[in-house]
Amino acid sequence: MELQITWFVLWSVLWGVYFMLDGFVLGTGMLHPFLGRSETDKRVIINTVGPVWDGNEVWLITAGGATFAAFPTTYALMFSYLYTALLLLLFALIVRGVSFEFRGKVESAGWRRGWDTAIFVGSLVPALLFGVTFGNIFRGLPMDESGYQGSFLSLLNPYALLTGLLFVLLFLMHGALYLSVKTRDELERLAVVSAQRIWIPATAVAVLFLGATWFDTRLFDNYITHPLLFVVPALAVVALLSVRFFLGARKPLSAFTASCVTILAVVATGVTGLYPNLIPSRLDPAASLTIFNSSSSPYTLMIMTVVAFIFVPIVIAYKIWVYRVFRARVSGKDIEGDSHAY
Amino acid sequence: MDVVSLSRLQFAVTSMFHFIFVPLTLGLSVLVAYMETRYVLTGNELYLKMTKFWGKLFLINFALGVVTGITLEFQFGMNWAEYSRYVGDIFGAPLAIEATVAFFLESVFIGVWIFGWNKVSKKVHALSIWIVAFATNLSGLWILLANGWMQHPVGYVLRNNRAEMVDFMALITNPYGLIKFGHQIVAGYTVGAFFVMGISAYHLLKKSNTEFFRTSFKMAAFFGVGSMLIVLGFGDMHGVNIAKVQPAKFAAMESVWETQKNAGYPLLVVPNVTGEGNLIEALTIPNMLSLLAFHTPDGEVKGLKDIPPDDRPPVLPVFLSFRLMVALGGFFLLTAVLGAILSVKGTLEAHPLFLKLMLFSIPLPYIANQLGWIVAEMGRQPWIVYGVLRTSDAVSKAITTPQVAFSLAGFTLLYGFLGAIDIYLLTTFARKGPDDDLSTLLKPAKQEA
Repeated sequence: MELQITWFVLWSVLWGVYFMLDGFVLGTGMLHPFLGRSETDKRVIINTVGPVWDGNEVWLITAGGATFAAFPTTYALMFSYLYTALLLLLFALIVRGVSFEFRGKVESAGWRRGWDTAIFVGSLVPALLFGVTFGNIFRGLPMDESGYQGSFLSLLNPYALLTGLLFVLLFLMHGALYLSVKTRDELERLAVVSAQRIWIPATAVAVLFLGATWFDTRLFDNYITHPLLFVVPALAVVALLSVRFFLGARKPLSAFTASCVTILAVVATGVTGLYPNLIPSRLDPAASLTIFNSSSSPYTLMIMTVVAFIFVPIVIAYKIWVYRVFRARVSGKDIEGDSHAY
Repeated sequence: MDVVSLSRLQFAVTSMFHFIFVPLTLGLSVLVAYMETRYVLTGNELYLKMTKFWGKLFLINFALGVVTGITLEFQFGMNWAEYSRYVGDIFGAPLAIEATVAFFLESVFIGVWIFGWNKVSKKVHALSIWIVAFATNLSGLWILLANGWMQHPVGYVLRNNRAEMVDFMALITNPYGLIKFGHQIVAGYTVGAFFVMGISAYHLLKKSNTEFFRTSFKMAAFFGVGSMLIVLGFGDMHGVNIAKVQPAKFAAMESVWETQKNAGYPLLVVPNVTGEGNLIEALTIPNMLSLLAFHTPDGEVKGLKDIPPDDRPPVLPVFLSFRLMVALGGFFLLTAVLGAILSVKGTLEAHPLFLKLMLFSIPLPYIANQLGWIVAEMGRQPWIVYGVLRTSDAVSKAITTPQVAFSLAGFTLLYGFLGAIDIYLLTTFARKGPDDDLSTLLKPAKQEA
């Protein structure tokens, strides 16, 4: 297999795993003001993601780094074309990250309310902007040989906003499902109810998204050429439906797993349609950035492949260990008097 | 201002802000790991209290270091797209490797350390802070190898209209990057040492928790002495290497205008940049500059006049930053040695003036670290990759002046706000002193029960 293809797969896996892992952190952040009805519940919600949020965010940094190392031309053009969107994304992620650490450090209701708002905004904005960004990538950017012909506002087209909404709803559902396996009592019940309620608009928007993708993008070209590929979006649909099934059957862990599969399959659906493009051009197909015309040299790709094949499994191994260490549900009793908890 | 100047300013603001937090993370992670190890080995609760108190300050600082790091990775593409496209084939690799081998390790095990007190055994808990300390250092290694490549590009060829990597081993054994790693990482330890000594001095002056802060001070003083010796050693190697591979930077650091053998070292220099010379050169130590640069008295030091004006870095900021950094380094070594002697004698509290000096010295190693980066980065100008690509050719074509002005204003406001909160929290918790209630810590871990 050509190394560019290996790296296209790895690139997709990094983004997919990032959305699967930070998706539930962003989701709990958006749910936090609504489900956290008491101070204890608010803290419980934050502490369910406390040990893992930082490690989850590193998948984004690795995805960015992998784009830089494997597809430098795409990295350069994508990041400069999407300048303002990425800037807002950075601000939001910065605010969210410090909020976790700062919120509990001062005994003042006003202080905590301020950081609660920061956690909400710092979670909603990235979820929306990641969706908008990937919506625009799926749709193609207005670029030709002379460069980028769009603006920040042209990124906010209906299809991209719909993708943004899809991301927000999927992450909300994912976050609620995470809380349903990580909390107890009233909070757990609320989380299950929320997941059930969010599932309805999430599914509706997913259907709309598939329809809009058919009309507004060329993602389905690959699928029409190779109909066997339709198994990928089918998996996304089945996974999303089974979220509801498992919720009804009172199997929250299975529902959360199905939600993980949904997010991975949505990303897989998108990138399968993109191939071999990383960023298609809406103006001139010849100006599209593909995995072949924007990649690093074979030598660099070979070095990076060796590094990835040695270290990514190690990362996955210790991450699984950490999730096992912190697998227990969190309740008010656990964090009371624990000065280390957030 | 144009896009290039604004982007440079923005990179300076965001990287210098990031670098307020990194050195303390480097230094304090090692100190806290050592404290916790002492606790695990001796069972002495004093060390547990120390781990907890300094660990809390470590975490407040750590949070901002983590979140401000992402900005730097993104900015290469956002503001420096031409650079990223041109050198991504070789420069992207160390950044991606850093994330994969170091950053994951650091961020996953910091979670274990913060939340794992009652979930993992004492030994695994202490091990996790060692892993964090190791990963932070490893992360620094890859970043400095990347920066080292910008300073002294190796292992590449120019083809396909870009710099392509042909020798990975050359990249990771680049002497420039490795020497810089030794110098910079350990300079971070100095920040940690002076931070702990300064806060301990504050409490010793107030006579609160004296045993706790005496022990902390002593530990930090020895750490500081050791670190400073290593910083100076690598600093000397760094100077020699710069004289060899970046003569323009070296000439600017010392404000040398005429190429000369047996160059002396004037202790007092007042540069006159427009006049291409020095207004005052006094108290010259004969042959000293040649000795410093080449370890031989007749080494030939290149002067700025022999470097085309278009290839010269801005002399004044590089010269002043370097002088001040070196002076501060001498001050750190002296005060750390004095601190170590007084700690061993047990007479720290009999010297309130010294304690006050140490308290007010907390910001100085931070400043020295920033000055070092000013020398490194401004001294490399006008090149973004020394001798290969000019900074003015590296900026993104797709971004506009208002866009960058807006982002620069945004970063300045956001970072100013977060920096103020960080300082507020650090001072509050530093003043408060250690928590006496260890009950929550001493619940037996589940694995041990």
